[in-house]
Amino acid sequence: MARTIIDKLWDDHLVANLDNGTSLLYIDRVFLHERTGSVTLKELAAAKRRVRDPGQVFCTMDHIVDTFPGRGDATRMPGGTEFITQTRAAAQAAGITLFDIGDERQGIVHVVSPEQGIALPGVTLVCPDSHTCTLGGLGALAWGIGSTEAEHALATKTLVVRRPRSMRINFTGRLAPGVGAKDLIMALIGAHTASGGVGYVIEFAGEAIRALPVEGRLTLCNMGVEFGAWTVIIAPDDTVYEYVQGRPYAPRGEVLERAIDYWRGLPSDADARFDKEIALDCSRLAPQVSWGTSPQHETGIDGVVPDPAGEADANRRQSMERAQAYMGLQPGTPLAGLPIQGAFIGSCTNSRLSDLRAAAEVLKGRKVASGVRAICVPGSTQVKRAAEREGLDKVFLEAGFEWRESGCSMCFYAGGESFGFEERVVSSTNRNFENRQGPHTRTHIASPVTVAASAIAGRLADARSIAG
Amino acid sequence: MEQFTSITAIAAPLLRINIDTDAIIPSREMRTVGKTGLARGMFAGWRYKAPGSREENPDFILNREPYRQARILLSGANFGCGSSREHAVWALHEWGIRSIIAPSFGAIFASNCVRNGILPVVLDNAIVESLARHVQADPAKHLLTVSLVDCTVSTVAGERHGFTIPPADREMLLEGLDAIAVTLKRDDEIRAFQERDRQRRPWIYL
Repeated sequence: MARTIIDKLWDDHLVANLDNGTSLLYIDRVFLHERTGSVTLKELAAAKRRVRDPGQVFCTMDHIVDTFPGRGDATRMPGGTEFITQTRAAAQAAGITLFDIGDERQGIVHVVSPEQGIALPGVTLVCPDSHTCTLGGLGALAWGIGSTEAEHALATKTLVVRRPRSMRINFTGRLAPGVGAKDLIMALIGAHTASGGVGYVIEFAGEAIRALPVEGRLTLCNMGVEFGAWTVIIAPDDTVYEYVQGRPYAPRGEVLERAIDYWRGLPSDADARFDKEIALDCSRLAPQVSWGTSPQHETGIDGVVPDPAGEADANRRQSMERAQAYMGLQPGTPLAGLPIQGAFIGSCTNSRLSDLRAAAEVLKGRKVASGVRAICVPGSTQVKRAAEREGLDKVFLEAGFEWRESGCSMCFYAGGESFGFEERVVSSTNRNFENRQGPHTRTHIASPVTVAASAIAGRLADARSIAG
Repeated sequence: MEQFTSITAIAAPLLRINIDTDAIIPSREMRTVGKTGLARGMFAGWRYKAPGSREENPDFILNREPYRQARILLSGANFGCGSSREHAVWALHEWGIRSIIAPSFGAIFASNCVRNGILPVVLDNAIVESLARHVQADPAKHLLTVSLVDCTVSTVAGERHGFTIPPADREMLLEGLDAIAVTLKRDDEIRAFQERDRQRRPWIYL
């Protein structure tokens, strides 16, 4: 019978079918971070249980760690240091690999795990972090879980999972220049809402996906959870195999050849059936920007704040009205041109080398507008080093951006920092939730190039209008 | 793990869609490594007048009587979307919530609920809104009963709605199972899987 990539990965990780409609799935890798991993390891130890296979468990410091140069365990987040020191002690006691502060491999969990070759095509990988779906970009079956489930994965190497329905989304056409993976995923969520994927495991497919480099695929999949999906995945191909080679934890030599043979069998069979299929035409997309407090509140940078009166669904209408009150926006206002006070490039969505290069292209020879606080936080220490080798740090610094150590940073008050009251911020992150980036901070999520162009203009701006 | 069979309690309507876990427990309210001390930070951004303060916003429903005694929440679609932080569930539980009724839930949040004795009930939006109207008419008297034994939500007026829940979730909540202990009974099967898999996918075994 024809199978989808999800069917194949499910079958290949099936330990047992349980009689209550769930599957006991084998979990290849577990990744932890100091925010939720600390409590996971603590509770596991308190229950006198052991990590079953410490060699396949990794941990990093990203959620609480300070990102200022010269950092240590101290953080502006109240109680934050305790998360760092307890995670370190628990990781050492459990015998798992920790990418600690000061380690060259440290960084944001979903940036580090592909970079180190820990996430690979075809693996099952879980992490007590919702953006674990990012790794679907490599063809991994990876999903976010809570701390209690993480204990289960650590203690048993398995999880009890109910199989979601399957969906395939075909991204047809090619992206126009200046439009990228971030714009694509935002447009999908805008068109089908933040709950459009609830109850589904989703394969992203189509011409536009095949054309994306691995880092773009990771960006696209990162916001699968913002679409409500259980998780998302892109079938691996030569682009991915090339990316994986030579990474520290990736297979080498003859074993790599065997792995690639196995990975080549993973894509969905031609006649495989999904429970649902939808399509999105990418060829006419403009850069996207959010105007509200849910990722579904978004439109093209050339668009206007929509009028809630035009929304037939009462719940959505109320959500729009509430969001516009929070954001201080009126229906009909053009998004391009809205004055901003903050610009942030970072997070597991858009902080990889290609993101920094694209932003630097816009920033080169230009200055951040006065009154705008602009910050760049590379996604990992490795990304930071690579960027510095290319001189990108100088481009950011000369433009007026702060250049930081790696971590989650101001995506959500990590390190105890936030933007100010009612400040309007353009951000390369994934969540524009109320109060997420600071008390009453008004977040507009967008791609790194849109953030860079807006920082220069001092207002939301279309990078295509200032580039070149 | 705490069991859930049935409760009859005051229900609070918080009918917004896409209530995210950042709203349920802001990051700044997660101050210690543990599952406790989180109730004070629950809905902090909405519940208090200013960030970091503890001065209550009288307009927020859970600051009003009799909703302060609510054990059931009625909400809009996609409740608990966003961050995986289980602290959201621990905060709700510590504050007193035992069941949440909504048209849909964030997947990780719903999974976290059933592992902590909170029952997520999925009902159509029209039913949730009808229950909310009934409750609002006289919240102290118009209690709701949520029964996992017969999978129904009922009102004191005799209105009754059946719901479905995955059998595994129902079993876990009714019996309060220790999921790890249950799985470890299959240790032989896990070992056998690893033996087979090591031949097939040697690169997995670092």
